[in-house]
Amino acid sequence: MSWSKKLLRVNLTDGTIKEEPTNMEWANEYLGQRGLATRYMVEEMDPKVDALSPENMLIFATGPLTGTNASTGGRYSVITKSPLTGAVACSNSGGFIGAELKFAGWDMIIFEGKAASPVYLSVYNDKAELLPADDLWGKSVWEADELLHKKHADPYLRIAAIGRSAEKGCLYAGIINDLHRAAGRSGVGTVMASKNLKAVVVRGTKGVTGVRDEAAFQNAVAAGKQVLAENAVTGQGLPTYGTQVLMNVINEVGALPTRNMREVQFEGAHNVSGEAMHEPRKTDGKPNLTTNGGCFACTIACGRISTIDPQHFSVKDKPEYQKNSGGLEYEAAWALGPDTGVDDIDALTYVNFLCNEDGMDPISFGSTVAAAMELFEEGVITTEHTGGVELKFGSAEALCWAAEVTAKGEGFGLDLGLGSKRLCEKYGRPELSMTVKGQEFPAYDPRGIQGIGLAYATSNRGACHLRGYTISSEILGIPEKTDPLESAGKAGLVKAFQDATAAVDSAGLCIFTTFAWTLDDIAPQVAAACDGEWTPERMLEVGERIWNMEREFNMRAGITAEQDNLPKRLLKDAAKVGPAAGKVNELDKMLPEYYQLRGWNENGEVTAETRARLKLPA
Amino acid sequence: MKITLKLYATLTDLLPPGAERNQAVVEVPDDATLQSVIETYKVPPELAHLVLINGHFFCVADRAETRLKENDVVAIWPPVAGG
Repeated sequence: MSWSKKLLRVNLTDGTIKEEPTNMEWANEYLGQRGLATRYMVEEMDPKVDALSPENMLIFATGPLTGTNASTGGRYSVITKSPLTGAVACSNSGGFIGAELKFAGWDMIIFEGKAASPVYLSVYNDKAELLPADDLWGKSVWEADELLHKKHADPYLRIAAIGRSAEKGCLYAGIINDLHRAAGRSGVGTVMASKNLKAVVVRGTKGVTGVRDEAAFQNAVAAGKQVLAENAVTGQGLPTYGTQVLMNVINEVGALPTRNMREVQFEGAHNVSGEAMHEPRKTDGKPNLTTNGGCFACTIACGRISTIDPQHFSVKDKPEYQKNSGGLEYEAAWALGPDTGVDDIDALTYVNFLCNEDGMDPISFGSTVAAAMELFEEGVITTEHTGGVELKFGSAEALCWAAEVTAKGEGFGLDLGLGSKRLCEKYGRPELSMTVKGQEFPAYDPRGIQGIGLAYATSNRGACHLRGYTISSEILGIPEKTDPLESAGKAGLVKAFQDATAAVDSAGLCIFTTFAWTLDDIAPQVAAACDGEWTPERMLEVGERIWNMEREFNMRAGITAEQDNLPKRLLKDAAKVGPAAGKVNELDKMLPEYYQLRGWNENGEVTAETRARLKLPA
Repeated sequence: MKITLKLYATLTDLLPPGAERNQAVVEVPDDATLQSVIETYKVPPELAHLVLINGHFFCVADRAETRLKENDVVAIWPPVAGG
């Protein structure tokens, strides 16, 4: 099996670091990464613990294919209990540090407790040590990255760090690795900050050992890469336009949430689209997009490397932001753009840079600013709160200011760091928060795309597109087209996507492969790498087991079926224009069927039969 | 009659001269169908993947039978994805 078969357990309270064998019995049942790490958390932690207490666990986890040359085999996840939602958090990231951890000989790192003062973990192959980070505390991710590279004098050192937003308690702070890849959602960086853990640095030189059948593995990997290369989406569309190609698509189908989800189409969508990123600027003739970029072992390379117009107000006197850096991806561009009504691509790119620099989830940040803008428009938030800033929909200046103060945790930025739910509650208008289980929505309006509404409502980590990306079928026709305005049949679609995604995540692969691959392409790679029979059917069963385990963690944490819901705006206020005009989300029609398909009772609880069938932990 | 034609992503170069923001108002025969527009603008069949009229999707089988109306908005993408 392509496992190191050992993990690091780091107790931050007493400063001890222990090596222990990876539980391979669990690896057989939960595959790895998301599934395996959650299994550890279920075994060892009371789901009711305060997410920001020392009792919460924080796990960096790889999958069995992480570090191999399987395409996109560089993924790792951070698993913990979320301070934003109170639910299980699992934030998946690419870049290079996941593979490096495997090369150093470790499947996972489990952090427990809380350090008395700031520290970082250094891992050089077998040598792991906690080192002081007092000099790093108060620094941005990018500053900390530079200081650590200098200190260790190793350009190949891979670094994951938290920024100032996390230190200041922003509840949707992520962990940034390799400067601009993010375990972004659900506040995993906030948990890391609560433990006084500033960074994890890793250098590994061992490679991946233990692939079960090397020849069969290389054949399966080569076949998989050929499928990706020959597929129009993974071979051409994603490298050329990135995920941002969706901006015009989703606007055209009338499902682009606009101005805090009041509207479903944005008049400025084209200005912040993937196509616009290719258009030359008037000032210097250069396009926003410089080139694409890929994570470890990825043969798709959807990443964006961008620059900001040097004459733009946001960076005019800031040469440090005039260089190439991680550019806009669709979800970030939507949250920072249409949801705030801002159509200035340079402003969006600047704010995206800040989100990377200081580790903020741009989806939650943008959505929270959108809620604040609606509160401002309603007269609930005023210039007295903002220190004179007119926090209006469409204001690029206000958006840039909001990012600056939230990144540093200054003034009104502390309010924005609460996230949309707590911000709207604080100002007495909870109905204006566009969240599920406290987490902000991604970039698809459930009135115009019915199935994604059910996926949001039932996602184990709160509103999220990556727990069941039904957009693939409902809009993009992959693997087959379904009608986005029709709710019938979507319960089964959502379940299928959720289970398959849990399996793909847990293998250590990127979900974007599934625009070309099915489990029929992935299972042979896992089977060649790992002990035992790994069929598509078994992977789906593992995915279903993981989904139900996460569900039970959440229920034990106190989350109820009542939270499998959507904001009233999406259930009562019909879309006014576009193909979905007159439609609301029909969650009430989909949810009972979904529970039934899941083998849950009417209270959304996993039944004894389902528990037995899936062999869930007691 | 006039319709608005929108071609996106790798189809951008197939737009007629003068197109801006990936769209152009074009003149088509009164009996134009979705399929005839796809052919007129030389969109390769395998790249006419996501084909919308006024935001509604039309599958391959229905395109030849689907007559356009004045002021319809036809938008076409090759296979694309994101998320």
